[in-house]
Amino acid sequence: MPDVSLPTRMHKIRGLLSLPRSSRTVPILLLLILVAVPLITPSRSMLNLLTEIFIMGIFAMSYDILLGYTGIVSFGHALFFGTGAYMTGLIFARTGPKLGYLFLAIGGGILLVTVMALIIGYLSLRLKDVYYAMITLAFAELFFIIAEKWRSVTNGADGFSFNVPAVLQDRVVYYYVSLVLLALIVVFLRRFIESPTGKVLQAIRENEKRAEFLGYDVLKFKLISNVIAGVVASFAGVAWALQQRFVSTGVMTVDKTIDALLMTTIGGTGTLYGALLGSGITGMAKNWLSELAKVHPIFERWYIIFGLLYIGIVLFFPGGILGTLMRIRSTKNKPSVTISAGD
Amino acid sequence: MAEPIIRTQDLTIMFGGHTAVDHVNLDIMPNKFVSIIGPNGAGKTTFFNLLSGQFFPTSGRILFKGHDVTDIPAHLRTRLGMGRNFQISNIFPDLTVLENVRLAVQARSGIHYQILRHHRKYSRFSDQAMALLESVKLSGKAAQPSRFLAHGEKRKLEIAIILALEPEVLLLDEPTAGMAVEEVPAILELLARLKTDKRTILLVEHKIDMVMSLSDTLVVLANGRLLAQGNPRQIMENEQVQAAYLGGIAP
Ligand SMILES: Nc1ncnc2c1ncn2[C@@H]1O[C@H](COP(=O)(O)OP(=O)(O)OP(=O)(O)O)[C@@H](O)[C@H]1O
Ligand SMILES: [Mg+2]
Repeated sequence: MPDVSLPTRMHKIRGLLSLPRSSRTVPILLLLILVAVPLITPSRSMLNLLTEIFIMGIFAMSYDILLGYTGIVSFGHALFFGTGAYMTGLIFARTGPKLGYLFLAIGGGILLVTVMALIIGYLSLRLKDVYYAMITLAFAELFFIIAEKWRSVTNGADGFSFNVPAVLQDRVVYYYVSLVLLALIVVFLRRFIESPTGKVLQAIRENEKRAEFLGYDVLKFKLISNVIAGVVASFAGVAWALQQRFVSTGVMTVDKTIDALLMTTIGGTGTLYGALLGSGITGMAKNWLSELAKVHPIFERWYIIFGLLYIGIVLFFPGGILGTLMRIRSTKNKPSVTISAGD
Repeated sequence: MAEPIIRTQDLTIMFGGHTAVDHVNLDIMPNKFVSIIGPNGAGKTTFFNLLSGQFFPTSGRILFKGHDVTDIPAHLRTRLGMGRNFQISNIFPDLTVLENVRLAVQARSGIHYQILRHHRKYSRFSDQAMALLESVKLSGKAAQPSRFLAHGEKRKLEIAIILALEPEVLLLDEPTAGMAVEEVPAILELLARLKTDKRTILLVEHKIDMVMSLSDTLVVLANGRLLAQGNPRQIMENEQVQAAYLGGIAP
């Protein structure tokens, strides 16, 4: 090999490997603020809203692994969310509100979701984009119909409620539980996307053919992405069920997937934090609009207003809010491309 | 006599009714520089697509290092030691120039399924990638997203990517196409240097004058058929070839 016999040590190139890294200060600051929230406000509705935002944020981040990092558009992601939620609901409804059963729900969820993600992925991921999206839609409908028709177990769209362990019923405790879960998942997913495998996913997103001709087994990587996104989505489903203490077929709907899709696109795909931001904006907006509905009934149609907001963001902030911010920042301090070799 | 590193047997592919590669029997000997020439639409790119696993043949076989690889997928052929570029630049546009090459180095090293370590822990990958960028004179642009590169620079980046794979056989489809004239010599020099290494090179090129001095063997395709093969002088003197392709160029 020409010229590479003596690898020149260049420490600077570490910094060049990825586009400007979002610094750690902002997330850590935000985390500290969130930790302080229950100390500042005793408002139950505020804590509930934030808890919901955390949980949907986890779900949206898992969707970003597919959409933003692997370039896969799925309409069936709620399947995994729903599996986690049903697993939790069914176990608690049939046994008792003991903490130990929670681990059964989590473990069972991981196992079932992994198997589902592998089977569905194996059957569909070889297909090209649009066909893949269509197949995921078909699977989503299939599982939705099963949940709907299997009333003896799921009670269909009416759903069923259940008791959860007493500690988790405390709003403040549960707020912290979901915040910790969120933080752990952020750390894990960031690790994952910066890992060698995660980097290959981004290569596949960029150019599947080139990745294959580098020797990467594209299907396997997409399966890994699907499994990890699925398992994380099932955690969100578990957390959701624990918060609502109620599960219905709503957790399986395509609408649920679309929610994640919207959150991710609003915040910025392929940024991970964008999905969180999207969840925050969506949650706050929903809340705010339903408050306004008391003032004027037009705001009851919050979905329409939200749709307009969404269209505005897609039109004026391609790349989402965070994506646009990062782009502005990276053009401002244009990467200085002077590299002194062998410093 | 050494075994051929690549052997095609009656290799044929049809697109609808059109036979793009037509019963090609070709032996490529190891460590040779082989240039494939032929008019537009002769089937050169399609032939590469068959060798590399982009397309699967309608009939015929492909042997690589003695193995029948006719039915194995592209990524495994890469791992067996085939590296290719594409006639139209094929890179990862939103990733940095360095990351483009680093991914190839990583692929070659076999670190595919590792989800918990940070990729920067494998610093040798980036060092190697940087050295490769230097060899194609692109190290100054390492930090840029590769979509910002000029056309000729993208071609150079592709060469760095393939070199990172350390392939035994390089398939280069018009690597200098669309490059500014003043950039071509640098690439030619790089190709000449590659030639001295232990590796087999298959090159598709329209600039015949350029391939003459580099090539051990010229292979001429026309209408999907293998028209002639031999050393450059033999080919230039071949009347059939002159009629089909070279026309006025031959002395
Ligand atoms: N995927 C495809 N589907 C249908 N026809 C194809 C396909 N790929 C190539 N062909 C046809 O096969 C023939 C050979 O094309 P090919 O690209 O291999 O020629 P080439 O020798 O590389 O030409 P050039 O010098 O212009 O690059 C052409 O007639 C082309 O239209
Ligand atoms: Mg061609």
